[in-house]
Amino acid sequence: MELELHPLEKYIRTEKMPTTWCPGCGIGTEAQAFIRAVDELKIDPKKIVIVSGIGCTGRMPHYLRFDGAHVLHGRAIPVAIGIKLARPDLKVVVWGGDGDILSIGGNHLIHAARRNADITVIMNNNFIYGLTGGQVAPTTPKDTLTYTSPYGPDSKPFDAVKIAAAAGATYVARWSTAYPVLLKESFKKALQHRGFSFIEIISQCPEIFGRINGFKDPYGLYQKIRKIGQIRRGIGPFETKYDWNEEITLGEFVNKDEPTYLEQLSQIIKEAQESGQDEA
Amino acid sequence: MDKERLLFTHGNQAIVEGAIAAGCKFYAGYPITPSSEIAEEMSKRLPKVGGIYVQGEDELASINMIVGASLAGAKAMTATSGPGYSLMQEGLGLAIALETPIVIADVMRAGPSTGIASKAWQGDIMQARFGSHSDYEIISLYPSSVQEAFDLTVEAFNLAEKYMTPVILLSDGVLARMRERLYVKGRDELNIVERKKPTEPPEGYLPYARRDDYVPVIPSFGDGYFVLRDSLTHDERGYYYERPDVQAKFVRNIVEKIQRNAEKIYSWEERFTDDAELVLVAAGPMARVVSTLVKEARANGLRWGYFRPRTIWPFPEEPLRKAVEHASRVLTVEMSVGKLVYPVKWSVKDISNVSVVQWLSYELPTPEELLKLVENEVSSVGA
Repeated sequence: MELELHPLEKYIRTEKMPTTWCPGCGIGTEAQAFIRAVDELKIDPKKIVIVSGIGCTGRMPHYLRFDGAHVLHGRAIPVAIGIKLARPDLKVVVWGGDGDILSIGGNHLIHAARRNADITVIMNNNFIYGLTGGQVAPTTPKDTLTYTSPYGPDSKPFDAVKIAAAAGATYVARWSTAYPVLLKESFKKALQHRGFSFIEIISQCPEIFGRINGFKDPYGLYQKIRKIGQIRRGIGPFETKYDWNEEITLGEFVNKDEPTYLEQLSQIIKEAQESGQDEA
Repeated sequence: MDKERLLFTHGNQAIVEGAIAAGCKFYAGYPITPSSEIAEEMSKRLPKVGGIYVQGEDELASINMIVGASLAGAKAMTATSGPGYSLMQEGLGLAIALETPIVIADVMRAGPSTGIASKAWQGDIMQARFGSHSDYEIISLYPSSVQEAFDLTVEAFNLAEKYMTPVILLSDGVLARMRERLYVKGRDELNIVERKKPTEPPEGYLPYARRDDYVPVIPSFGDGYFVLRDSLTHDERGYYYERPDVQAKFVRNIVEKIQRNAEKIYSWEERFTDDAELVLVAAGPMARVVSTLVKEARANGLRWGYFRPRTIWPFPEEPLRKAVEHASRVLTVEMSVGKLVYPVKWSVKDISNVSVVQWLSYELPTPEELLKLVENEVSSVGA
């Protein structure tokens, strides 16, 4: 009998283990929920591409056995759009941190949402720049500290759910690492969604964010995230909360059907080809 | 010759025609003068051939979109000008590190910074070579006529696919707007290079391993190889390791695939160099004025010669060395304070004979205007 290390081993680049992620980090929970979703949907792994930028989350393509691109800081979304437009049969998934997606890559996020680009964007929000050692992020909540905001953040944080929804994303959800099964179900919806899907995951960074903010172990930070994450059903994206002291609202806030970017581009190709060869 | 294929048009359109003839199926760009006609023509023409045109939200998006399209197997390009080209440098470095073919047309305009949007300059020649950070080599072509803009665009795509590298197609504000005859060659009249696909099975495949020509054969996304394309330093498998041997090999692979093939890549034009005492070196449309000047000088009994690199990078060093063998003076003629003069100095044996004729106007000179400057330069700096 052949030894199987894990029922999902076929989706993992085991030769790249161990990962660079710290013990207690939430990114592994996300990775497992994702490959479970792929497995349950029975998607051909040869048809999936993971695209990431720079950051702890950006290391994802190193460990998942799909086609993968680990590109520049902030630029995973345009690379993913290029891949998808060249190979519409592939499922293209961007996976990045809050700095990568919402700060340096923020412009690409809103334009991808506006276009209803046929990709999924997963954003790991751990409130901090982890890989570079603990600097303030656009998601860092009031009343928390980082190494470049030792007196607290100088301004209010972005709420990614509201930004994605306002920019036109047709699927928007926010979960936390405390709900891996709901997260998996949400991944399944996003992977089957027509158009632009965005999932934010509130996640623990115990080694850096946790230590700076007085959490003695990963479990303490995880408990805090579990406590503030309130699942609410039937509310819109602009009724959600993003408040470290009170509530970060979890759930699915947008799920609608609109013409996708590929569909719109296909229509343009059709019209151009029907218009003949006139060179007006 | 098919008369329907004869156009009277400008350099920007010639680039579009060349790209479509070469099989370009994806364009992403951000509007910028004097390159915008390329985007406009592409938005009209690409959908007709089943291709996709995207106006990116900025140059960063545009260059990264074409890298993505190329990773998935498409021939892809963008066009821009100085300020936009500066913004694209990090994305260019990505394409270099991932060994991904793309074509970037940089229609040079007067600078630095915003400069004069609609006017030509030749200031980006060194940026074409060194614009992105750290160690790499690049291929860069610079046509001098509308017909050559077509021909070298096809060549740019061919070289990109053959050497798995970005190619910088230089143009300028003069060539962009200059109108002359263009014969749009059909695919049957052109040699079109398609990207090599691996013939070996996915198990244990090494996408970045060097082949006989020192160029890798890298599967595209969706080919079933579970390939990892990493902007981090990677080994032949594509995996990141923080080790000096991996870093050294990574850099050598990128640099040597161009260096070892330089003689196969570069091309140039020279006239009257056999016995030339003075050789004038110029590129792009400026070279046509220089060519006329040299012809007139010959008619007047002066032993002047003319050398024009079509390939700016890798610079045709050995051909230039031969062309200036009998020359006591070598002058570059440039619409800038001098960029081409550096690779010329790197090429020749005696750099004390080399200097620049600076034409610091954004319109091309007449041969007469140039003659005065050349005579001044020859008499003022004695060899």
